[in-house]
Amino acid sequence: MTIATDMIDPEIAVRRERRIARINRAGKVLGPFGLGFVVPLLKLAAGDTPSEQWADLKQMLLVPLVGILAFLAAWAYFAPKVETSLGAIPGPAAVFHQAEVLTDDHFAERQKAEEFYARQDERNQMLIAEGYADRVKVRPYTGKPTYLDQIWTSLMTVALGFFIGTAIAVPVGIACGLSKTFEGAINPLIQLFKPVSPLAWLPIVTMVVAALYQNPSDLLPKSMVISAVTVTLCSIWPTIINTALGVASIERDLVNVGKVLQLSTWTTIRKLVLPSSLPLIFTGMRLSLGVGWMVLIAAEMLAQNPGLGKFVWDEFQNGSSDSLARIMVAVITIGLIGFFLDRVMFALQTAFTYSANR
Amino acid sequence: MRHFLCSVTMLCSLAVTAAGAHAEMLFPEKDELTIGFIKLTDMAPLAIAKEMHFFEDEGLYVTLEAQANWKVLLDRVITGELDGAHMLAGQPLAATIGYGTKADIVTPFSMDLNGNAITVSNAVWDQMKENIPAGPDGKPEHPIKADALKPVVEAYRAEGKPFKMGMVFPVSTHNYELRYWLAAGGINPGYYSPSDVSGQIQADALLSVTPPPQMPATMEAGTIDGYCVGEPWNQAAVFKGIGVPVVTDYDIWKNNPEKVFGLTKEFTEKYPQTTLGLTKALIRAAMWLDENNNANREEAVEILSRPEYVGADAEVIANSMTGTFEYEKGDKRPAADFNVFFRHYATYPYYSDAVWYLTQMRRWGQIAEPKEDGWYDDVARSVYLPELYLEAARQLIDEGHAGEADFPFSTDGYKPATSEFIDGVTYDGRHPNAYLDSFPIGLKGDEIVDGNKIAGR
Repeated sequence: MTIATDMIDPEIAVRRERRIARINRAGKVLGPFGLGFVVPLLKLAAGDTPSEQWADLKQMLLVPLVGILAFLAAWAYFAPKVETSLGAIPGPAAVFHQAEVLTDDHFAERQKAEEFYARQDERNQMLIAEGYADRVKVRPYTGKPTYLDQIWTSLMTVALGFFIGTAIAVPVGIACGLSKTFEGAINPLIQLFKPVSPLAWLPIVTMVVAALYQNPSDLLPKSMVISAVTVTLCSIWPTIINTALGVASIERDLVNVGKVLQLSTWTTIRKLVLPSSLPLIFTGMRLSLGVGWMVLIAAEMLAQNPGLGKFVWDEFQNGSSDSLARIMVAVITIGLIGFFLDRVMFALQTAFTYSANR
Repeated sequence: MRHFLCSVTMLCSLAVTAAGAHAEMLFPEKDELTIGFIKLTDMAPLAIAKEMHFFEDEGLYVTLEAQANWKVLLDRVITGELDGAHMLAGQPLAATIGYGTKADIVTPFSMDLNGNAITVSNAVWDQMKENIPAGPDGKPEHPIKADALKPVVEAYRAEGKPFKMGMVFPVSTHNYELRYWLAAGGINPGYYSPSDVSGQIQADALLSVTPPPQMPATMEAGTIDGYCVGEPWNQAAVFKGIGVPVVTDYDIWKNNPEKVFGLTKEFTEKYPQTTLGLTKALIRAAMWLDENNNANREEAVEILSRPEYVGADAEVIANSMTGTFEYEKGDKRPAADFNVFFRHYATYPYYSDAVWYLTQMRRWGQIAEPKEDGWYDDVARSVYLPELYLEAARQLIDEGHAGEADFPFSTDGYKPATSEFIDGVTYDGRHPNAYLDSFPIGLKGDEIVDGNKIAGR
């Protein structure tokens, strides 16, 4: 371990500088993920000036930690004081315990699935022995989806909805940005549909999907399509608006250059429009994903489609003494996943944002 | 999927001799099934048949799916999204005669006896209590009749406040039991007519529909003053200290049929082997629930308390499943037969049970026109399928899972006349119209509801 007073050997000093530069570069990646506090820690380890690093650490790690701990303390103190018909509101410890229970449940259910397949094999062996080999079939396990399965379902649904949304919103946004006429035509519709709640879309989407999507495959069940389309309808608008804004604000010089070179529309979009509007497109997508995740939970709750929303509603209906704690586990999970998705998009956004002086 | 083209008796394809413990090979035409249920303790046979692998023994792979309410459940069975479901005894009958959604729903298996209770809010209980004589032990004397509630309802009316109660569905057992109990105490629960399906014509107590899981919360909010519902929602009111159960349906009509397993007629004709397999698995589950004097109930309670089935606290479910019932807080009384799944031939679909529900539909005007005695018998025979039940029973006996004495092979489908009702009126399923004539409150003979009045023709 080198220390800061170790300034005798220039060789070592140079190496340290290089290390710290590397750490700073890594910090650019860690920052968006909320892991900025790792940088001062690494720098301390690398032997940078401690006083500076302690100041950074205090701001990045200590202050947030104090906030979280204060919240937990307040929660633990006030929760038992509120008596609901399902018992007192659970404190952090009870919620943490339910999180463990839900995880254990997941593995217990996997165990049951294993046993199910073993029994099925046995039955199939028996069929073969009896001479009914043509009746042998392997069927999927029919147990309940566990909490982790529900999280996975929700993530898949939001990904699908977000993917459909982006595929529609980016071209529409680009068309809006390039053509004043098109934007004029479509703007009233955007303004009209943007404020509509997912709960209002849901019945319409349910009917339409049921009518159009006749033979659902196992990979893409009807309920998932319904949730995903609802997510699309609610989360598409920020991407459209931001894309249009990004495209409309390209530097005139670039557009003129394109005109001089007589580029085709397609090349213009590919070479000029997209690169310079990418930062704003990603800003729009980040907003869309945030809205989509929020909308998805509501849609699942109302439509009883598999996912975290259904989990919350089922627990509310069950009304057992563990229900509230389980719902809080879900709330925290939803928050964490929402935060993580936002950070991923933010990281992408920063990666695609160029400084003004290229 | 191979289809058998066998006769209605379905026996031709089953000319297999049983080899003792070796299960017979049943080949269901459809082996992956989705069955719906409502989160109530009496869905137990379904949960047990799945968890104890009785379905799998018949080669059936069943997914159980909780439904939001009885209407959604019935609609999804009719559209084929669900292959079958835990239903209220009145649902297949009402669907068949076209009250509500018209559809041919049949049942080869009755799921349980009893299991409901009537609960009132704390405020109503405090007023009722004054009218209930105390027994030798100082506790209120049971069974509590609606006579004790009558002054309370009259006081409400004098103040111009409506007295409101919740039940779970217009054709639910709960609706008929609540009406029976109220009418036996001289409180008119209101009539239905073809133009007014609210069921509140001439009503002293206004009954409305509330989904079971929301009953306690709705009463707590003051929207209703009492309700009739299955477990665990009566005991939940005691637990949460928001109300008091006053009477169980065992006291209103001893050993009354409660839920049935309903399928579409089309399903049973298209998939006879599957229907047979389902019936066999459910009979075995019912036997398991009652065997050795309820020895398995503890385990059943644990299974039912899982979030994917009923999901309520185990102790709440256990309260009724394990032979006691709590009325006022601390007033626990034995109720050995509060939930019966197999004893007393509980699972056999008796025609007389179907006829009783039809008489109540006629009594309150859901069946608007007078009907001949023969009509009641015809409807019962078109909905209840005891032949199918007995065939499943016979196979279980051959496989060594059951004994001859477990099933009523000699019955003609009508239970003997009984007067074990809260008002002591005798019911004989063979004479529905004579039965209707014996009630002071209710439609009888040629009476029909016309506007707000009852008109005899």
